[in-house]
Amino acid sequence: MTETSDETGQGIPAPEGASDLIDTDYEIGQDNIDGNVGPFGFDIHNPVFLISGLAIVAFVFYTLALPDQAGAVFSWLFSAVTKGFDWFFLGAANLFVIFCLLLIVTPLGSVRLGGADATPDYSYIGWFAMLFAAGMGIGLMFYGVSEPMSHFSSAMGGTAVEGGARTDWAPLGAAGGNEQEAIRLGMAATIFHWGLHPWAIYAVVALALALFTYNKGLPLTIRSAFYPLLGERVWGWWGHLIDTLAVFATLFGLATSLGFGATQANAGLNELFGVPVGATTEVILISAITAIALISVVRGLDGGVKVLSELNMGLAALLLLFVLFVGPTVAILTGFVDYLVAYVQYLPALSNPVGREDVNFSQGWTSFYWAWWISWSPFVGMFIARVSRGRSVREFVICVLLIPSLVCVLWMSVFGGTAIQQVVQDGYTAAQDAPLELKLFKMLEQLPLAGITSLVGIILVIVFFVTSSDSGSLVIDTITAGGKVDAPVPQRVFWCIFEGAVAIVLLLSAGGLASLQSMVISTGLPFTVVLLIMCYAIYKGLAAERQKR
Amino acid sequence: MFKKIMVPVDLAHADRLEKALACAGALASQFGAETIYVGVSAAAPSSVAHTPEEFAQKLSAFAKEQAQRHGITTGAHAMTSHDPATDLDPTLMKAVDETGADLVVMASHVPNIADYVWPSNGGTLASHAKASVLVVRDS
Repeated sequence: MTETSDETGQGIPAPEGASDLIDTDYEIGQDNIDGNVGPFGFDIHNPVFLISGLAIVAFVFYTLALPDQAGAVFSWLFSAVTKGFDWFFLGAANLFVIFCLLLIVTPLGSVRLGGADATPDYSYIGWFAMLFAAGMGIGLMFYGVSEPMSHFSSAMGGTAVEGGARTDWAPLGAAGGNEQEAIRLGMAATIFHWGLHPWAIYAVVALALALFTYNKGLPLTIRSAFYPLLGERVWGWWGHLIDTLAVFATLFGLATSLGFGATQANAGLNELFGVPVGATTEVILISAITAIALISVVRGLDGGVKVLSELNMGLAALLLLFVLFVGPTVAILTGFVDYLVAYVQYLPALSNPVGREDVNFSQGWTSFYWAWWISWSPFVGMFIARVSRGRSVREFVICVLLIPSLVCVLWMSVFGGTAIQQVVQDGYTAAQDAPLELKLFKMLEQLPLAGITSLVGIILVIVFFVTSSDSGSLVIDTITAGGKVDAPVPQRVFWCIFEGAVAIVLLLSAGGLASLQSMVISTGLPFTVVLLIMCYAIYKGLAAERQKR
Repeated sequence: MFKKIMVPVDLAHADRLEKALACAGALASQFGAETIYVGVSAAAPSSVAHTPEEFAQKLSAFAKEQAQRHGITTGAHAMTSHDPATDLDPTLMKAVDETGADLVVMASHVPNIADYVWPSNGGTLASHAKASVLVVRDS
């Protein structure tokens, strides 16, 4: 007698329906080494775990031993990448958006991740909370007020030309002196950086990984998406290289933003409670964030990561509603529609990859952002893939591309819109003048219950870091275990602590954070090529699924 | 004394389970009990199977093989978990209820210092399950 879930209604979701498994001799975990370190078990991919671990240590040492040289090398690399390849980033990101939109409307969108009859692993709310918290939660806290404000101010300032080149930072042709148009242009530029393009970048990576894992039966790791291109070679050095690069970008991306986040949270705490600013407070903050992340990863995906993500989304929604109703409600709501129209109106010009006159804006802002989102995409994409089984491709793209974009528009309209109204209507410029990390709090100061809302703001900042840190540790652990999602728990504990330790070491060294962050963003260039190949792989993979049905 | 025996198995390391499997087989034939083999997998492909469906098939094959070897009646009960590395305990607890087992026979390592931080799955099940639990050490 055998008994499966179709009898009990639980356990395995009964036959999953047609899918097109790739026939490979590779067995997941065949290159792994397992054993014990003291009492703790491990099961790691050889050589990805060792190479990426050692390379990370080597880079940290290099940055610490030769800070000036490392700083110079990485900032040159960063500038060469974002300035020299701006056309490539902008063009590629446009392609990703078009590719995703096409998936919604073509028959390929009906393919289901996990087989034709698979059922979703998570409810809409849990799923959405997790992909948002991992994807950009923290950025919204810092840039929700500051970015619309920056673009608004520079657009108001008009253009400045020196030696035939624009020296101002305004988007497109600016809107010198025209307040209403400067607001629209500023909001459109902000939404451009937080809307369709970044989410299309995440969606491409996530879809490629989910497809090749759940429908093709390959391990949950970045290299699997290259199977259509590289074939069996993907299990060799090509694959090792791709996976190592992904671990590298993820860990340094997380560690550097953890380091910067700690300095920003410290500034906020200082403003609110007079907590002293300095290395001691920041190290305590990083340790606390890492400790909470540690509890979360040990509790696992459902008991830790999902719970924290939902908690955070709930808090963020409360703060959003509070500002919406207590702030200039009518202006925000009419603004929301107006900014959305402005976004669509300015989108062709903003996304144009060649012949741009607003070089400071298109290279310093857009190209930087695209490189940044792309360098984060292996991490966020893999995490989204992990939790997206059972969704159809069309549902997946709508929920990963369109809905988060709309939420970002709403967020920016509420937070940025309120701060801009404070300047325009009330002449209150504290938020405009404040440094980046304080803008949100200066804006909240003008609203009632500022003490409570600022505290909620600080908690959100900290918990958003935790939700990036814990999901990042899970992703790195899975990649370095050769795609095994059930590797021993001490391994994810190791990565979580390692990430906090790297952040602390970099924080304590002068300029270490900035130079390594430049390096991370530079990895956006090779990953853009990776993403383009993924689009091809997704197309091939989906077409094969369709034929199978 | 016992009607249904549940045996959690890790198909990736079936070789380490010999003692527990032999023990379960002997008890099952002694009491004429049905033995249900429970396996837990993630939805993502693993070294054992590419899909949850394939995992369930392999578990069934395993159960049939055990039936022949020990001359007992067996069944298989496959479970999926989002994060098996951390959710194994609650998943197995659920399996005890779902299978209606009155005895669990489970392999476990000899405890070491790590068990103070992460108790073994066998130990946790013995502490919390309503059914009787026999933890079989692997040495």
